[in-house]
Amino acid sequence: MRRWFFLGAACAAAAALGTAGGAQAQDVKIGFILPMTGQQQSTGRQEAAAAKLYMAQHGDTVAGKKVVLIVKDDGAVPDNTKRIAQDLIVNDKVTFLAGFGVTPAALAVAPLASEGKTPEIVTAAGTSIITEKSPYIARTSFTLAQSTVPMADWAAQNGIKKVVSMVSDYAPGADAEKSFKDEFTKKGGQVLDSIRFPLANPDFAPFLQRAADQKPDAIFVFVPSGQGGIFVKQFVERGLDKAGIKIIGPGDVTDDDLLNGMGDAVVGTITAHFYSADHDSPTNKAFVAAFKAANNGMRPNFMAVSAYDGMHLIYEALNKAGKTDGDSLIAAAKGMAWESPRGPVSIDPDTRDIVQNVYIRKVEKKNGELYNVEFATFPNIKDPVKAAVAK
Amino acid sequence: MLTILYDGIAYGMLLFVLACGLSVTLGLMNFINLAHGAFAMAGGYCTVFLVNRLGLPFALGLPIAFLVTALIGGLFERTLYVHVYARSHLDQVLFTIGLVFMSVAAVDYTMGSSQQFVQIPEALQGQFEVDGIGMGKYRLLIIVICGLLTVALQLILAKTRFGSRLRAAVDDQRVARGLGINVGAVFGITFAFGSGLAGLGGALGAEILGLDPTFPLKYMIYFLIVVTVGGTSSITGPFFASILLGIGDVAGKYYVPKLGAFVIYAIMIIVLIWRPQGLFARGAAR
Repeated sequence: MRRWFFLGAACAAAAALGTAGGAQAQDVKIGFILPMTGQQQSTGRQEAAAAKLYMAQHGDTVAGKKVVLIVKDDGAVPDNTKRIAQDLIVNDKVTFLAGFGVTPAALAVAPLASEGKTPEIVTAAGTSIITEKSPYIARTSFTLAQSTVPMADWAAQNGIKKVVSMVSDYAPGADAEKSFKDEFTKKGGQVLDSIRFPLANPDFAPFLQRAADQKPDAIFVFVPSGQGGIFVKQFVERGLDKAGIKIIGPGDVTDDDLLNGMGDAVVGTITAHFYSADHDSPTNKAFVAAFKAANNGMRPNFMAVSAYDGMHLIYEALNKAGKTDGDSLIAAAKGMAWESPRGPVSIDPDTRDIVQNVYIRKVEKKNGELYNVEFATFPNIKDPVKAAVAK
Repeated sequence: MLTILYDGIAYGMLLFVLACGLSVTLGLMNFINLAHGAFAMAGGYCTVFLVNRLGLPFALGLPIAFLVTALIGGLFERTLYVHVYARSHLDQVLFTIGLVFMSVAAVDYTMGSSQQFVQIPEALQGQFEVDGIGMGKYRLLIIVICGLLTVALQLILAKTRFGSRLRAAVDDQRVARGLGINVGAVFGITFAFGSGLAGLGGALGAEILGLDPTFPLKYMIYFLIVVTVGGTSSITGPFFASILLGIGDVAGKYYVPKLGAFVIYAIMIIVLIWRPQGLFARGAAR
């Protein structure tokens, strides 16, 4: 009995020494809080893979300091996110917090970021207000309105006059519905009907029938990415594509991560988004090839590129600031501009939100695989919600 | 209008195949099996695996999905469920909800959390028109399969020796045993069959309901509604309940989309106030 006790004590002591020895005081720790389990798992998987890829490509030493990546799973539950963030700030003394699969998770951490003066790099959640909740928040993903407003512009410019909007009944769905409708009606279009269906909706058939009976030129759709395929399949099953109705929407609907599983039915779907794995640039080709090689052929999606750019922002802020306190780092992040796999991006110095191109894409089959092929560009889009307030 | 009716019937039929196994275990064997949806999910994933990965034809995938889930059901019944038959309902609920969570995690781990899509043959895609009513081909297939199943089930229960044994075993286990009926085997087969049906439902439904690891949790409530509304003492009860709920749900979502999701619950409340035992309950409460 006694022997076991000593053995245990020795182990504990060794463990304590180990952590003390492993974590040098000058290490820079990055706490990535991601949903690695649960419904948002795809986001977590993509982001963690991209962050690791960035470190593998760019080394783990920045400005003379060793960078340590800590990935924690919050299951997209805001309570968990907050607890984990607190733990990371207080015990691990992280220099950056990053990740945040859903808006409530990002919001839950905002007060901690302010209090701990820890920069919070949002690499997923897309609600506009997030960056306003703390002066230490910067974002490298997107805001939903960045996709929906150009989508509405494009539709209005390209002969689409009457639209029925169909969204899942949750906060991002309502946001998408509103920002699309506002912009589209401003540009002279008409939204015939705004249909919302429950988030856990078993069957789109009745809603689609209702939309079809109003004979719109297009249906604007926003659903959580996993449901996009089912939606489009039922749309085609009903013969609506042959009736000349188009599907348009933000690019979450034709997520690169799931696109190939959706089947040929999705061919022709038009979406607006900031990233497609098919984006034609040398930076992106190299990124996609490296990502696939490191992850067993998995195709990067818009979440992966957001995390990759998040890591880039962190590295460059460290280089530029030369210090590791929150105020200098977030100051260094403001106005940062670089060439991302998605195209040219920058961090708006006023809002700390990302400024990026938004592309209009159409799903096409290339070499036996489905891709979102970009065919029109809306350059340097700032978050339209905050831009509207600033005016 | 008729398209809505048609969609509603197809949806109701699908609900019925998914839920009728539950009504058998719950109503006939008096066992609360919340893990029923897990078997449906197993059937769905089995089809995805066979059709998408191994390239088997869809028509072959369906019966195999049925057999595999029936086998899993039978195995679980013999090894796990048999220990909780005699326990209180609370124990049964806790046991089976545990199974649900385990199945969710297991599928998440092995197949990933993303939506799966079964590749259905070209011939079943699209729709055709009869008298101006658009009818989806796949939905027609569902209606045909489910209609045949219902007739077959009703015949088995009412006309065959196995059916009468099952009913006897349910009515009074002790007397049934005394008459030489192997109650354990009868329950085992019934359970396996019910699970198989769930698997078939999951396989058929993947196209319409979607398929991801949270499937058993997402649809548990629908199965339970079908069984409570239908009453648990026969096959006809859940059948009419499914059709009623399917049509109600689809029509509600079409005509009043804002309230659409609530219609199915409203129907349930009204039916239960009117007939607390369900639509087709036997007079005597158990």
